[in-house]
Amino acid sequence: MELVCPAGSFPALKAAVDNGADAVYIGFRDGTNARNFPGLNFDFNEARMAVSYAHEGRARVFLAINTYPRPRQWGKWCDAVDLAAQLDVDALILSDPGLMDYCREKYLGLRLHLSVQGSATNHEAINYYVRHFGVQRVVLPRVLSLTQVQNVLKRVNVEIEVFGFGSLCVMVEGRCTLSSYVTGDSPNSSGVCSPARAVKWEETPAGRCSRLNGVLIDVYAPGEPAGYPTLCKGRFEVGGHVFYALEEPTSLNVLDILPALYRSGVAAIKVEGRQRSPAYVAQITRVLREAIDACISSPEKFSPRASWVEQLDKIAEGRSHTLGAYSRPWQ
Amino acid sequence: MKLSLGPIPYLWNRDYVFDFYARVADAPVAIVYLGETICSKRRTLRLPDWLDIAGRLAAAGKEVVLSTLALIEAESEVSYLRSITEIGSYAVEANDYAAVNMLDDALPFVIGPHINVYNSRTLAVLAQAGARRWVMPVELDRETLAAIQRQRPQGMETEVFVFGRLPLSFSARCFTARAHHLLKDECNIRCADYPDGMQLSTREGESFLNLNGVQVQSTRTYNLVNEIKTLAELGVDILRLIPQRQGMLEIIDAFHSVLQGGMPLPVAADILARCQPAGWCNGYWYGAPGMDQVNHA
Repeated sequence: MELVCPAGSFPALKAAVDNGADAVYIGFRDGTNARNFPGLNFDFNEARMAVSYAHEGRARVFLAINTYPRPRQWGKWCDAVDLAAQLDVDALILSDPGLMDYCREKYLGLRLHLSVQGSATNHEAINYYVRHFGVQRVVLPRVLSLTQVQNVLKRVNVEIEVFGFGSLCVMVEGRCTLSSYVTGDSPNSSGVCSPARAVKWEETPAGRCSRLNGVLIDVYAPGEPAGYPTLCKGRFEVGGHVFYALEEPTSLNVLDILPALYRSGVAAIKVEGRQRSPAYVAQITRVLREAIDACISSPEKFSPRASWVEQLDKIAEGRSHTLGAYSRPWQ
Repeated sequence: MKLSLGPIPYLWNRDYVFDFYARVADAPVAIVYLGETICSKRRTLRLPDWLDIAGRLAAAGKEVVLSTLALIEAESEVSYLRSITEIGSYAVEANDYAAVNMLDDALPFVIGPHINVYNSRTLAVLAQAGARRWVMPVELDRETLAAIQRQRPQGMETEVFVFGRLPLSFSARCFTARAHHLLKDECNIRCADYPDGMQLSTREGESFLNLNGVQVQSTRTYNLVNEIKTLAELGVDILRLIPQRQGMLEIIDAFHSVLQGGMPLPVAADILARCQPAGWCNGYWYGAPGMDQVNHA
């Protein structure tokens, strides 16, 4: 079971490789990938350096081109694939079937992973991508229970990668346009959710308000810690009550079910967070490396060490964690 | 252009559904999409019930398409989907690649709005698998549509969502159950109490989103009635209207009358305004935030 870590910059990539990631995933510095944030990601030369650094450290590199190009963007997205093909990356992470078709036609030898943005949540959908595009790994959306993940694993002949830690997407990835409804930019189209350019903070007598393109996402009382206004993690009013109607600000953390994922045959644990700092990536990678090694060496005796949980909670969104959809009660 | 009626997104009681489609049989829509697309726990109508309604609508001259779940997680959902794809007498609308995989090379099918067709190459791939109609994802704009239309595969029909609350996202979590402090596995099917969804507002009372079980919709109604001329110019074949409790037959009639040339747009817009309790939006069509109202130049 591999550890796949995020790298939004060269220092973050070094942090992941130096702390024991089996693979890192990166993207180009544009809208071709789902973490298109200002100041992040790699141009071609930086990507070349990143691949060489990772390979020297015996880590593989996956490159994400996982947004959905519209016709006017098509050429640029194909160019990204062409560049990636010259980079000696170990796999491309794609979501758009049209782009996968382009890859199959031009670069038959290139290893393809289906991005979480491809929304494949069952074995039939997975088999479509395997049959048509020879996809060799599928990243599952964060919507399946542990039992459902295990059922998928029994029925597919492809590697399965699951999310293990990081900010929790509540919605099926690839099927959420809440962000473009409010701001015009979505993960599918622009590689961003609740973009920083649309965020406004206001100090008011009622407290500190966060707005996304004018829509009030939350109000924080004096002294209350304020989080980034990701629109599904705000407090709203439903049926006369104000609460986190969609989801609390919290992080996914699978330490509690690591042995079950391992025994079911999960190929890789993915860490979310290409937008995070090198220090964050270093810490998560170190803890998860230790945890995965402990799990693999004796899964029956594995239990998450208090020190791991504490370290991870300290840097987690909302300073708390959840099993998310892996646990039925969360759903 | 023809009119279609999309699948009912909400859980309506059984008698109401039968009565609703009895009225639809006489309404001027050419195509009717039937079935549950949101949550497999909604079983007030079983497959034989849907086929019963399908038979009546077909007898009334409608083209019937059986629509399918957008989010398929459990094995039972895969099996139910397979039973729909094996019926054979009606076309199927695929809302997930699971359905595409089952229908691939077997039966012609419709690509529903929950499958991401953002470019011509993806549409061509799906055409090869047997798709004969696609519904444009709601997030896409008119320029994207125009470009895809220019390279549309031979025989492919294009359908555009023109009226209804926008389907914005799906989750494993049931937001209706969450609002009632219930576990999804013990939800008591509370969504049946909200035949038009449950409104979510911001803390300053602005109506924002609509909770419909595991789906989140807009509260504003996406309304492209003012764009009908452009839609026709772009070679769109079918305009999709989404079922809601309020004024559905009036909505159908208004669009039909505009298409027939008998109703001026401002009159139609006035009728439709009475069926948009949280107002309207059309931003996506213009490449703007979906919630925006862009006034036609």
